[in-house]
Order: sequence, then C-alpha cells, then structure tokens
Amino acid sequence: MDQTLIFWTIIGMAVVTYLPRLLPTLFLSGKTLRPIFASWLRLVPPAVLAAMLVPSLLVRENSVDISFGNLFFWAALIAFPVAWKWHSLAATVVVGMGLVALGRYLCWGM
Amino acid sequence: MILPDSVQDIKSRQLSASSVSSAASCWRGVKRALPIVLGYVPIGFAYGVLAGKSGLSEANTLLMSLIVFAGSAQFIAVGLFAGGTGPAAVILTTFVVNLRHMLMAASLAPYLSGWKKRYLAFFSYELTDETFALHSAAAGKLNECRLEALSLNLTAQVSWVLGTALGIIASGLIGDIKPLGLDYALAAMFIGLLVGQCESPVRVITAILSGIIATLLYLAGWHQFHIIVATIAGATLGLGVELWIRR
Repeated sequence: MDQTLIFWTIIGMAVVTYLPRLLPTLFLSGKTLRPIFASWLRLVPPAVLAAMLVPSLLVRENSVDISFGNLFFWAALIAFPVAWKWHSLAATVVVGMGLVALGRYLCWGM
Repeated sequence: MILPDSVQDIKSRQLSASSVSSAASCWRGVKRALPIVLGYVPIGFAYGVLAGKSGLSEANTLLMSLIVFAGSAQFIAVGLFAGGTGPAAVILTTFVVNLRHMLMAASLAPYLSGWKKRYLAFFSYELTDETFALHSAAAGKLNECRLEALSLNLTAQVSWVLGTALGIIASGLIGDIKPLGLDYALAAMFIGLLVGQCESPVRVITAILSGIIATLLYLAGWHQFHIIVATIAGATLGLGVELWIRR
C-alpha cells in the first residue's frame, strides 16, 4: 500500500482511538456512577483481557486446537502460574516468549 | 526588616519543598511504570519488526506508536496493511478493538474529579490496558496524585516508542521473528494483566465466560467484533453472578 495512504489511515486510527478514551474521561470526571453500572465497569478489565487472549491461545486455523502442537496454549499453561506466583508482568512476558522460542528451537510446534 | 526576610525565607522553603515533592511524585510514577516498561519494550520491539516486515515505512511505523498508542490495534493494523486491507476497514477495525478504552475511561473518570480539562485530555491519551490496570488498582488516590499518574503514563508511552524505534532498527537485521518468540509478546502480556485482575471468584468467572464467548464468536467468523461483544456479554453475565451471590 502507498505510504501516504497508510499515513492518512494512521491519522484516522488515531482519531477513532482517542475519542473513546477522551469523551468518557471528560464527561464523567467527578460524577458518581450508579452502583450497578460501577460494578459492571469493574468487571470490564478481566472480560476484555480474556476476550482478546483466549481465542489467540486456543484457535488455530479456525478450530480449537489444544493438541501438543499448539505451542501458544502450552506456553500459556506455564505462563499463568508464573504470573500468579510472581505478580510480575515482565517475568510473565519474558518466560512466555522464552518458552515459545525454546519450543521452536526444539522443533516442538508452530 | 526581619519580617520580610523570614517571609521570603518561608516562601523559598515552601517553593523548594513543593518542587522536591513534585519531583518525587514524578519519580514514583516512573517507578510504578517499570513493570509496564519491561513489557512494552519487547512488545514495541516486536511491533517495530513486524511493521518493517509488512512494508510500513519507518516514519509511519513510529507515527502509529506516537499517535495511536494501542498495542493490540497496532499489531492488528499491521496485519491488515500487509494483507492489503483498505483504509476504511483498518480504521473501523481499530475503532472496534479500541472501543474497550471507553469502558476503562468511564470507570476511572469518577476518581478524576479535581483534574483540569487539559490534564484529563493528556491522561486519557495514554490510557491503555496496562496503564489502566495500574491506575484502577490504586484509583482512590488518583485525585491527589495527578503528577504521579501522568508521569506513569508518559513513561509507559516513551518505552513503547523506544521499543518501536529499536524494532525498526532491528527489522532489517532480523530475518524471522518467530525463533525469538516475539509473536507471543502480546499474549504473554495479556496473561500477566489478566492474572493481576483476577482477585475475586466473580472476576475469574467473568474472565472464563468472556474467553469462551470470544472463542465461540471467533470460530463463528467474527474476527474483530468478537472482542467488544464478548466483553459486554462476559461483564454482564459476571454482574449477574455477582448479584446472585449477594442475594
């Protein structure tokens, strides 16, 4: 794709990314939310993280694959307890990437 | 004669005390951001390498980290650019994937009552999954710790841009990112963040439900909207469980 077109696409991306960040911050600052809505919002972070993560771990070529060949899934089974035990984002990232790199080095999976 | 002197003295002491404490606030923000930095540098690096491999110019790659600053959307966009997807579809996808920030912004906003508009504008510009996770864990003190919160955000973005720049430089040197496991950086980061969020059984249930729904939608062919739909459905079902437990 033409770089100028990519440039304008990125400008568009920036606008549609910033507005959902900005508008609620401006309009709801200092407002007290209804308790039921506040309780719902507190559940959004675990929900959104799981929604982005789980399909990327389980789905390979449009079907659920938890066979030995799905390295991402098996690396996650170790990365989860690491995150739980050490409470460290950095350790989780390093261990996770290290496991995938090691698995590929040993020709374990994709 | 003595009085003005001592007033001057007190004033200068107050001034230095406040500048020391604001420097200390900034430093606390930087320190709190360090776990994010350790995650963002390799992930930003992976993004920089991937973008270079997908045919984005160096300037455009860096620009995206500067003005979009949303990790998962940047990875997805690079994939779409590589596949020749048109601008409208890329922008719409970005919008959908990043719509979750609206929910995050809405959940932090009540704690930002004393903030001026320009600080709110700057704060929300750097609201990501990761900075949100740190801010929401200490939301109660956001109001009095404005400087700390802003320096935390800025540190996070600087490390993201730095990682991107390193990735751009390395892009020409690295043949394939797979042997380094760089394509797992984003998933590993989500694992760390998710575990940090799962401090009660209801939250664990919410995450499991949302993960299952997202997977089912994805399998049904929803390749972008699955995130926002599963988020709303998962959080709503989780709330149902919470209300049912409380009864």
